[in-house]
Amino acid sequence: MSLLTVHDLAVSRGGLRAVEGVSFSLDAGQALILRGPNGVGKTTLLRTIAGLQPAVQGRMDMAEDAVAYAAHADGLKTTLTVAENLRFWAAVFGRRDILPALQAMDLTALEDRPAGSLSAGQKRRLGLARVLVSGRPIWVLDEPTVSLDAESVTRFAAVIRDQLAHGGAALIATHIDLGLTEAAVLDLTACRARPGATHRPAGFNEAFA
Amino acid sequence: MSIWEYANPVKFMRSSGAALPWIVGAAVICTVGGVAWGFLTPEDYRQGSTVKIVFLHVPAAMMAINIWVMMLVASLIWLIRRHHVSALAAKAAAPIGAVMTLIALATGAIWGQPMWGTWWEWDPRLTSFLILLLFYIGYIALWSAVEDADSAADLTGVLCLVGSVFALLSRYAVLFWNQGLHQGASLSVAPGERMSAIYRYPLYLSMLGFFLLFLALLLIRTRTEIRRRRLAALQAKEARA
Amino acid sequence: MIALLIRDLRLATRAGGGFGLAVAFFLILCALVPFGVGPDTSALRPIAPGILWLGALLACLLSLDRIFALDYEDGSLDLLATAPLPLEGVVAVKALAHWITTMLPLVVAAPLFGLLLHLPAQAVPWLIISLLIGTPAMSMLGAFGAAVTVGLRRGGLLLSLLVLPLYIPTLIFGTEVIRRGQEGGDPATPLLFLAGITTGVIALIPFAAAAALRINLR
Repeated sequence: MSLLTVHDLAVSRGGLRAVEGVSFSLDAGQALILRGPNGVGKTTLLRTIAGLQPAVQGRMDMAEDAVAYAAHADGLKTTLTVAENLRFWAAVFGRRDILPALQAMDLTALEDRPAGSLSAGQKRRLGLARVLVSGRPIWVLDEPTVSLDAESVTRFAAVIRDQLAHGGAALIATHIDLGLTEAAVLDLTACRARPGATHRPAGFNEAFA
Repeated sequence: MSIWEYANPVKFMRSSGAALPWIVGAAVICTVGGVAWGFLTPEDYRQGSTVKIVFLHVPAAMMAINIWVMMLVASLIWLIRRHHVSALAAKAAAPIGAVMTLIALATGAIWGQPMWGTWWEWDPRLTSFLILLLFYIGYIALWSAVEDADSAADLTGVLCLVGSVFALLSRYAVLFWNQGLHQGASLSVAPGERMSAIYRYPLYLSMLGFFLLFLALLLIRTRTEIRRRRLAALQAKEARA
Repeated sequence: MIALLIRDLRLATRAGGGFGLAVAFFLILCALVPFGVGPDTSALRPIAPGILWLGALLACLLSLDRIFALDYEDGSLDLLATAPLPLEGVVAVKALAHWITTMLPLVVAAPLFGLLLHLPAQAVPWLIISLLIGTPAMSMLGAFGAAVTVGLRRGGLLLSLLVLPLYIPTLIFGTEVIRRGQEGGDPATPLLFLAGITTGVIALIPFAAAAALRINLR
């Protein structure tokens, strides 16, 4: 069963197409790792799939409200405690139980600490725990391992595997090896947009090029 | 052929370029002719020679409002049909509208001094134009503050919609707040007190002149904006390559 | 949505939340006015309603950029936009939180500061009523302005420039209510206009603000 099908997708950044002709399909239990040099458009593609910006052309087929998105910014409030931060996001996604997520990301000991006093790696773990409490099947993760130590990376890879085993899917942009040997890899370098006249301009810069 | 084809930048540049000299010529003839003819009219028995400022004041005031309406229409076309030229036309029109509002306010003040004995009166019409000027300034400021051209076009479009509603609302709120000294509409379809023909025809001519002047300035400014966007687009393309 | 409201209220009352700053600003403004116009009752009394409304308006203005800017910076806004909440609802809730934490204290403090300006006692109920009805529109319009300027680095000044003209109708009807109430006239007409503007703003502005947020997030 396919959770997410992307067909001939083109996305734009700064009024210019970044990548085009992206097609892939994610079934339940599958993970896909996006690769490509800096600036090729990984983040833009992920934001488009998360619904934060419109696609220039192409089709995305997925269930409504299926995507949990995590990016460079964790969306944490420094004056709230770890548990308060997490409980808020759980409530936003209509869920209550935050304990499994705290345990999975090894945050139980830090539960009552204000998020402002956490280290960068601990904050990142909290940001990823937020993805867990969303309870959504498709995880769209943009560089999830930034500032994580080796142990946490292994722990996180195990969390992803668990998610896949429970019928989820993950789309991850990363430069480091997560140790997810079963994951497919999509290199966006080949999809880099070629400048030229296009039927549907992505923005001012293409409309007047 | 549909009218939307003129929304294509290339087509717009070609046809506007061909029409521009004629429009500029007609604008100069009508504006200069209307104002000069107006200046040669006899003096009004109540208002004396001050009445002659009407040939600047009324056309400018009319255009100040009409340009905002034009910006609203252009913004709607942009938001609904995504024609880039439309967004740029709205951007190009705003400073012209602001200047028209300023002319209306300044000539009104100059006229008001001998007639009402004061440079500024918090009269509903004057106040409404002051508020309109504030909306123009906000709109122009937002265009210049947002770096990304696509976001700027969308945000100013939304602002123009909301601003239109509140400009209208303010107009009536101001009426409620203070009844004014200002004379009624200079031109009215209702019978009764009307301007005599010797004043009316030069006024019509200078209104036509101001409209053509706006059209000419709008085309020139829109063409500049299109060239500027094209330059930015080529630079962006080069940076990418 | 309730979780979001509770979070915003909690954030506002924790350290660094800026709770009460608006009231302090309001107090300073009301305290400075007599230095500008003189201490005479005859000078202060006629302008008291206007000063109180203007003070509330300016105090509101100062706190507007916090509605979305902090959430934009730490990424919460991105995450809220991908959450199952409609963005229009997020806007409405955040405007409500702003109203509760910033405007409601102003409404409570206004009669007290009215004493400083020799506001006559019979005007006080009308002051409270007009502020209660008018300030929600100010929070909501402010949320719209904040949504439009959220991505800008120096949006603060622009925000004032965009939002202040939108406050004109509310200000006109709000002060008119007090003036008529004070003079024993019939304040019902401006009060109804004020309520009409507030309901219209609450009904429609969330859509415009959410549209502006979507544009700024992409």
